[in-house]
Amino acid sequence: MRVELDEPKCVAAGQCVMASPEVFDQRDDDGVAILLEEQPADELLDGVREAVAICPAAAIRLVDQ
Amino acid sequence: MAETLAGAASDAAEAMPEFPMPRAAGCPFAPPPAVEELREQNPISKVRIWDGSTPWMITGHALQRALLTDPRVSANDKSPGNFPFVTAYRQQIAEYTPELIVNTDAPEHTRLRRMVNGPFLVKRIEAMRAPIQKIVDGLIDDMLAGPNPADLLTALALPVPSLVISELLGVPYADHEFFQRNSSLALDRAAAPEDSRAASTALSTYLDDLLGKKLTDPGDDVLSEMAGRVTAGEMSRSEAVHMGVAMLIAGHETTATMISLGTLVLLENPEQLALVRDSEDPKVVVGAVEELLRYLSIVQVGLRRVATEDIEIGGQVIRAGDGLIVDLHAANWDPEAFPGADQVDVTRPARKHNAFGYGPHQCLGQSLARLELQVVYGTLYRRVPTLRLAARVEELEFDHDGTTYGVASLPVTW
Ligand code: HEM
Ligand code: SF4
Repeated sequence: MRVELDEPKCVAAGQCVMASPEVFDQRDDDGVAILLEEQPADELLDGVREAVAICPAAAIRLVDQ
Repeated sequence: MAETLAGAASDAAEAMPEFPMPRAAGCPFAPPPAVEELREQNPISKVRIWDGSTPWMITGHALQRALLTDPRVSANDKSPGNFPFVTAYRQQIAEYTPELIVNTDAPEHTRLRRMVNGPFLVKRIEAMRAPIQKIVDGLIDDMLAGPNPADLLTALALPVPSLVISELLGVPYADHEFFQRNSSLALDRAAAPEDSRAASTALSTYLDDLLGKKLTDPGDDVLSEMAGRVTAGEMSRSEAVHMGVAMLIAGHETTATMISLGTLVLLENPEQLALVRDSEDPKVVVGAVEELLRYLSIVQVGLRRVATEDIEIGGQVIRAGDGLIVDLHAANWDPEAFPGADQVDVTRPARKHNAFGYGPHQCLGQSLARLELQVVYGTLYRRVPTLRLAARVEELEFDHDGTTYGVASLPVTW
């Protein structure tokens, strides 16, 4: 599974970082999300799914590849 | 013919429900029954508001999320059409209100919001856990040393957000007392209007002064950070002061209400309180915060928006210029999103609630609010295990008219 982040859509609320700190971080100056792991290990996927569900900008997708 | 048409129109107007709707007596936590009825019958339908206009009322969870992220839906109250103002006063001042994060859309909103977002980064908020714990412990010490029964609102619920925001903004400790007194007064709807206005002015003047000091002698706080942006020409001094006051106002009453009413819900549901108090797993408190945010959905007026283009959704066509009211409580009690939504259950996955709104305007201070609530709920009931209500629920005075729901005082004993 691969994570896609639509950066221009991101509203920098940091919900993804709370749900899945292993996979997401925030840029220091403005809080826009940064993808740390494009292909996270299986045990991290629950956190990523949570991030997809709560991201207020619908900016995160988890795609089969 | 004209007569029949007019007759039909007035019939329709008569049948159209009036918003806001009253809560049921004796049912302090549930949304108004008429709101729940609307959601069951048609989660996107029209209501009539104070000025006679008939905006759409969105009550379904999924519909709210779709519309709050739709670029054709605007938070700009100067957009053409029928923006559904909360009150006549808000309508009057709209024209004179500068562009702020609350009343702009992308790209201006994105620019303004990213400018103030730094201090609210999740990792920077998390660093405030220890200072917040200290504030909460100190206030509980004082409460326990003072008279019993006490009012939880004045002992804990109001001072926590006020002290935390002082800390965040970088208000020196010596001024905390001044800051807290004036912020309570500025927001107290029971206070005389001239006293509230005087308190707001005192706060703005104070923040402007403090900003001046931070320009030359910056510290590690939000005002200093904004002072840096003022120096760099990215933000005007008055924008920075406005933002400081906005954070104070947006974060004060909301967080205080979640502390007081959250505690009331737990005291009324002892088995839930026991789960929060006795669990060794910190995730339980984290989950309880989300569930209480969902269950209480304290922002009770409904978010206000206007459509800038026609939108087809949920079998309806919202026309360009139509107003929208997004009733967060209704969506957070939508059984399709939360089975058994009328029951408080701190173990349910409640994280996808809309209590902080959704989309680009979703609450800027949510990480901070969550942290404050986690510390309070995780501390108060452990330190005061015999805490109980010192009044009957029927005697409490709930605030049905404000932007946020609330209770005038919460007498507790231990
Ligand atoms: C439990 C406490 C809180 C609740 C329930 C709450 C709720 C909300 C809601 C529903 C919105 C969305 C408004 C809209 O979309 O029109 C919002 C926006 C906002 N909140 Fe909060 N809030 C809380 C605490 C805070 C705190 C602690 C702060 C600041 C320190 C804060 C600052 C803001 C700001 C600045 C906005 C405007 C964001 C924008 O329009 O982009 N809030 N809040
Ligand atoms: S949750 Fe969504 S909007 Fe928020 S920082 Fe992450 S990607 Fe951006």
